[in-house]
Amino acid sequence: MTPHFGLPEFGFLLQGLQWTVLLTLVAFVGGCTAGLIVALLRTSGHKTVEWMVRIYIGIFQGTPLLLQLFVVYYGLALVGLKLSAFVAVAIGFTVNASAFLGEIWRGAIQAVPRGQSEAAMALGLHYSSRMRDIVLPQAIRISLPATIGYLVQLIKGTSLAAIVGFIELARAGQIVSNQTYQPLLVFGVVGAMYFILCWPLSWWGSRMEARLALANQR
Amino acid sequence: MGYTLDFSVVWHAMPALLWGCVGTLGLALAGMTLAMIIGVAGVAARDSKAAWLRAIVIGFVEIVRNTPFLVQIFFLFFALPLIGLKLNPTATAIIALGVNGGAYAIEIIRGGVQSVHQGQVEAGYALGLHKGQVFRFIVLKPALRAIYPSLTGQFIMLTLTSSICSAVSAYELTSVAQRIESDTFRSFEVYFFVTVLYLAISWLLMSGFAIISHRFFSYPTR
Repeated sequence: MTPHFGLPEFGFLLQGLQWTVLLTLVAFVGGCTAGLIVALLRTSGHKTVEWMVRIYIGIFQGTPLLLQLFVVYYGLALVGLKLSAFVAVAIGFTVNASAFLGEIWRGAIQAVPRGQSEAAMALGLHYSSRMRDIVLPQAIRISLPATIGYLVQLIKGTSLAAIVGFIELARAGQIVSNQTYQPLLVFGVVGAMYFILCWPLSWWGSRMEARLALANQR
Repeated sequence: MGYTLDFSVVWHAMPALLWGCVGTLGLALAGMTLAMIIGVAGVAARDSKAAWLRAIVIGFVEIVRNTPFLVQIFFLFFALPLIGLKLNPTATAIIALGVNGGAYAIEIIRGGVQSVHQGQVEAGYALGLHKGQVFRFIVLKPALRAIYPSLTGQFIMLTLTSSICSAVSAYELTSVAQRIESDTFRSFEVYFFVTVLYLAISWLLMSGFAIISHRFFSYPTR
């Protein structure tokens, strides 16, 4: 007797959705923190540091997210860290987010007109105040559409935790699909859940991009 | 502790891994070809006079861009047989990559076509060029030049995304790696080395695309 796709199954998917959201939030917050450091190092002006950070970013942009997860997942176990699947994949996504957000914000920091930081220097502001009070507030505005775009990527990317075995939305979908033999319905519902999560963000991001472009025209 | 890294398993599996690379590139190439076909057809439909056709294209693009590839490939894996397409996993993966890449290609190509000013086309006619010449020299080449970076970037993205096709066991590098891993239990060594292989592939592609861009799309200096 195979169960049909009913309320209990839908509830199970919702539980998976909760883990997807939680995983995304943890990775996004962690990735923002680490990404800021990456962006600041990348624009620090020290040639060696900038070059090393560039390679760091290049490695994450040039390899599949799935393989990055595998390497972090098995690598952490190798150095003797016994972590739960959630923590392990969260670390994987955080490291990935640090590289991508770092690169996005690097671009934004460099897009702030040079005159701004030159004026700050002329006023005698030191580095931390120049960044915190002058450059970063403007850079954040510029980077917002791309940052939201990456957040959507991240939500979709967390589905790969399913392949490592962590039960989030996509994995929950696989399990329910195997139980009910109704793959089209189940993956349709799972897809719809992702869509409801991602689409408003995409819409918000592209609207902001359009407004920013308009503001730059003036 | 007591675990020592042993990369000899990787060395022994090298021929299989290199064939996996060929599989990945083949998958990406076939997927990208399909994506381009969907992209061009999509752009034509996106700007057609029929409102329902435009709505379908917009809906398709939004759905594909706001759902994970993993869910898309699972859905297609079960949906394609229902419409009478009983395909092997690799062919299913090509279709999934094509559909996914197609949605992005529509946006990219559309941007390129819109980047050519109508005034340039009119100027071409005014200079006495006929229709084919205007299309070739005034529309096509600048449009290609405009979309080339995004399109090649998209191709590299597609190549990296193809690793997810291992979830339906299509023939490509990651599924080869998973087989070696389950034979040897050397998870870290195998996946670490395969990650390096992917990095090499994307760096090679990037350099290749840069050379092509320099050769064909740089502005004439004389």
